[in-house]
Amino acid sequence: MLNPDLVGRTFTSADSVTVTEEAIQKFAEVIGENNFEVAPPTFAVSITLEKSQTLLQDSGLDWTRVVHGDQRFEIKRPIVAGDILHCSSTIESARNVAGNEIVLVRSDLNSGSELIVSTWSTLVVRA
Amino acid sequence: MQLKKGQELAPKTFTINRKLLIAYANASGDQNPIHQNEAFAKSVGLPDVIAHGMLTMALAGKYLSDISGSQNVIEFSAKFIKPVVVPADTDVSLVISGKVTDVVSGTAKIELLAMCNEVKVLGMAKGVIKL
Repeated sequence: MLNPDLVGRTFTSADSVTVTEEAIQKFAEVIGENNFEVAPPTFAVSITLEKSQTLLQDSGLDWTRVVHGDQRFEIKRPIVAGDILHCSSTIESARNVAGNEIVLVRSDLNSGSELIVSTWSTLVVRA
Repeated sequence: MQLKKGQELAPKTFTINRKLLIAYANASGDQNPIHQNEAFAKSVGLPDVIAHGMLTMALAGKYLSDISGSQNVIEFSAKFIKPVVVPADTDVSLVISGKVTDVVSGTAKIELLAMCNEVKVLGMAKGVIKL
């Protein structure tokens, strides 16, 4: 079960991720994108998925039972090669519907004090 | 591209197969076996291997990028309402189409429809692009 005391608390990764041209190109090529100058719109998840799982590992969230319900991005500026990004993750809300836990996780990617991308993932933890 | 409110945008077909799922897993870091291993997928009650919801969304994102360029996509959201089932040795067609629902202060809102085998796989899919 999710620890309710953690709802609303933000966890920030101590280590950063340096975005490489190779990482952008690899992601872009999967979807048939030829422009490698900027990252595709959903590239942020290739960083936030793993980071948020690590940041929220003590939350009691059972990641093995998680189904992705929905996803939202707000992109302040596109991610580019050379960006050094820190991830901050927050469980914004958690509610129980018919035995399933529905958890809204926000993860922000920042470069220094500049917010680059905010992502929101609704996760359904199956009973 | 000149966009007008109410304008319908031409559909595009994307091909999803097992090879693409592995490529996406490697590019995104999402190595969940339900997207690669048939026996595992079936053991957790799925009909077969399913595509990453985020792969379907990434392809819908490509549809938006084709309109505005990736650098001009500023908001994007979708619900994962039906899994995209990807049997072995099969190309599954994902058809994305769009409609301009609003054009305001240098931005356009695009509502997206994502269909696989006549089934809607993304719900409430929409993006905002800078014009």
